[in-house]
Amino acid sequence: MALKKKDLLGIDYLEKAEIEEIISTAESFKEVSTRDIKKVPALRGRTIVNLFFEPSTRTRTSFELAAKRLSADIINISSSTSSVVKGETLLDTARNIEAMNSDMIIVRHSMSGAPMILAKALKSSVINAGDGSHEHPSQALLDLFTIKERLGRVEGLNIAIIGDIAHSRVARSNILCLNKMGANVRLCGPATLIPADIEKMGAKVYFRPEDAIDGADVVMMLRIQMERQKSGLFPGVREYSRFFGLNQERVRLAKEGVIIMHPGPINRGVEISTEVADGPYSVILDQVTNGVAVRMAIIYLLTEGRGAI
Amino acid sequence: MTLIIRGGRVIDPANGMDGIRDIYIEGDKIIQPPKTKKTSSSEVIDARGLIVAPGLIDMHCHLREPGFEYKEDIASGARAAAAGGFTTICCMPNTNPVNDSRSVTEFIIGQAKKAGFCKVLPIGAITKGSMGTELAEMGEMAEAGCTGFSDDGKPVANAEMMRHALEYAKTFGRTIISHCEEPALSAGGVMNEGAVSARLGLRGIPSAAEEVMVARDISLARLTGARLHVAHVSTAGSVELIRRAKAEGISVTAETCPHYFTLTDEGVVSYNTYLKVNPPLRTEADRKAIIGGLEDGTIDVIATDHAPHAASEKDVEFDLAPFGISGLETALALAMALAHSGLIPMAELLRKFTVNPALALGMAPPSLLPGSPADIVLIDPETEKTVRPEILLSKGKNTAFSGLVLKGWPVMTIHEGKKIEFKH
Repeated sequence: MALKKKDLLGIDYLEKAEIEEIISTAESFKEVSTRDIKKVPALRGRTIVNLFFEPSTRTRTSFELAAKRLSADIINISSSTSSVVKGETLLDTARNIEAMNSDMIIVRHSMSGAPMILAKALKSSVINAGDGSHEHPSQALLDLFTIKERLGRVEGLNIAIIGDIAHSRVARSNILCLNKMGANVRLCGPATLIPADIEKMGAKVYFRPEDAIDGADVVMMLRIQMERQKSGLFPGVREYSRFFGLNQERVRLAKEGVIIMHPGPINRGVEISTEVADGPYSVILDQVTNGVAVRMAIIYLLTEGRGAI
Repeated sequence: MTLIIRGGRVIDPANGMDGIRDIYIEGDKIIQPPKTKKTSSSEVIDARGLIVAPGLIDMHCHLREPGFEYKEDIASGARAAAAGGFTTICCMPNTNPVNDSRSVTEFIIGQAKKAGFCKVLPIGAITKGSMGTELAEMGEMAEAGCTGFSDDGKPVANAEMMRHALEYAKTFGRTIISHCEEPALSAGGVMNEGAVSARLGLRGIPSAAEEVMVARDISLARLTGARLHVAHVSTAGSVELIRRAKAEGISVTAETCPHYFTLTDEGVVSYNTYLKVNPPLRTEADRKAIIGGLEDGTIDVIATDHAPHAASEKDVEFDLAPFGISGLETALALAMALAHSGLIPMAELLRKFTVNPALALGMAPPSLLPGSPADIVLIDPETEKTVRPEILLSKGKNTAFSGLVLKGWPVMTIHEGKKIEFKH
């Protein structure tokens, strides 16, 4: 089975069966990265473009490695600003790239919905590698993969996501993905960082991390961005860390065998203490490892869906 | 030559007239039907099955000239207005330069006269450059033909400035039209704040951004006794505030636009920038409250807030697209749905397009009695047409209603006794 659509724009647009297919394909691809020769010939001759309008190391590298391990040709185009600033529209930039016969465009953009513009206009497959505060589907899928790998299942688990929910595309994709897979999602943070109607997406909101973590199987911390302090959303790092940061004491409230996740990059001592980040429950680096396998699966299944292999 | 509109259902809200009769026009005036057959030549328009009403008035549109002629110019906008059944339109001052002086006002009126499709009454800026810091020369602009004042698009943030604006406009018998938006609350927002914005990760504009300003301006209207008109009401809370203010006897009128009683923020899920408008499309509960406000008279006026933009400006990231919907040519057809569904009687609906905007601006209400100017619209209430960007005469093809089949369209517009020619 392959993916039904030309593009992967968000978890919102995937069916449960497609998510399961991505995860099981990733399981078989994970082994490839442990070989001496880390390559399969599946996508030889395909051209993939990493189009990143926002700085990123982890996600860009992960997609690049995934494409290379599938033997695709991949090039990176990075711009710290929108192409509009340079006087070219996003659509024109993308059409120019496609004119060079790309098969797939992986796009990261600071504005929500930007990949949809590309998907509508282009014949190439489009993968959303993070758009504004909207979605980051490959992150949610690698998180799901990691949870399944560590805990053996997802259905029925209590999963707490703590931090800046309002500005987090990781949170949105995870809420949607974990809901589709039958987990109970709990959100926590100061009310300034939690949109009022977010519960309608299928999550319960807590203001005390102790309540959100109580009996949790998974605790997922989100990066807190310092510029939010300037916009008056919280008074400062010290107070944030005290009321919402994850430390040993709070971890103890979780279920035995809890796993601690973070999409990175982490602010040590702010949203997560060093002993927790490096502690025995932390699976933060497993997430990174699994990211490559999951992205290989996404790229492979989207290509296969177009009858190309 | 006499023009005779024969056999139509004449609805003249100002005079409580609704029945089949003939209208006679000579020159630019409606005349008394002659007692005997005249020898002079006449042209007969067969209006059987049509509604004959006073030409519509749009008290809120953007014609973009001077400064943004690539979006629209006065001639193209006035022609689109005539196609939409309007014979009088009021254009907002957010041009470049801003219409904050007699010379810009005179330029606009001059361009409109040259174009000739309908009457254009400029709305002058409240403050110089619409910057919110110094009053513009309202007296001289009023003298030159400005029919009201507004810093539309740039709300007057300073409450004391707004107070003085209301007082000063009152001196010259003019209405202040308030674009109610608390800029600090709406900053960076691109759509309604709610469940949909939460899901889409788009920055929201809360209903409160509109409502705190409606509340402020109602208080200032009470304080000053000046005439306040609230532009483009979009939220249930605003409707309630205006309802209470009217019950209290405060001199306040209000308008809404067809998109607020037709669409909701659910439509934005596809990041369709053609639905990006300010104030934003709200929830179903707001949409219903807007219709409730129209039904009980809380909302006096239906205006278009016609905001034409070039396609290249709308075909970008949602955050970057400009706010606005091209609305002159679809307003009546969208409003007709309210009459067809029985929510608002036809005569009452037409009142919101004719008598009420005139009264809100302190003008004489349009009428079809002999002696009145021959500004008339003929409406076919039964004809159905699909909205498509390419059927619009406006340069702004940015309709939010593409693909919608609407029933009831204007079929002829008569301005100053002349049939306005336009091709669809």
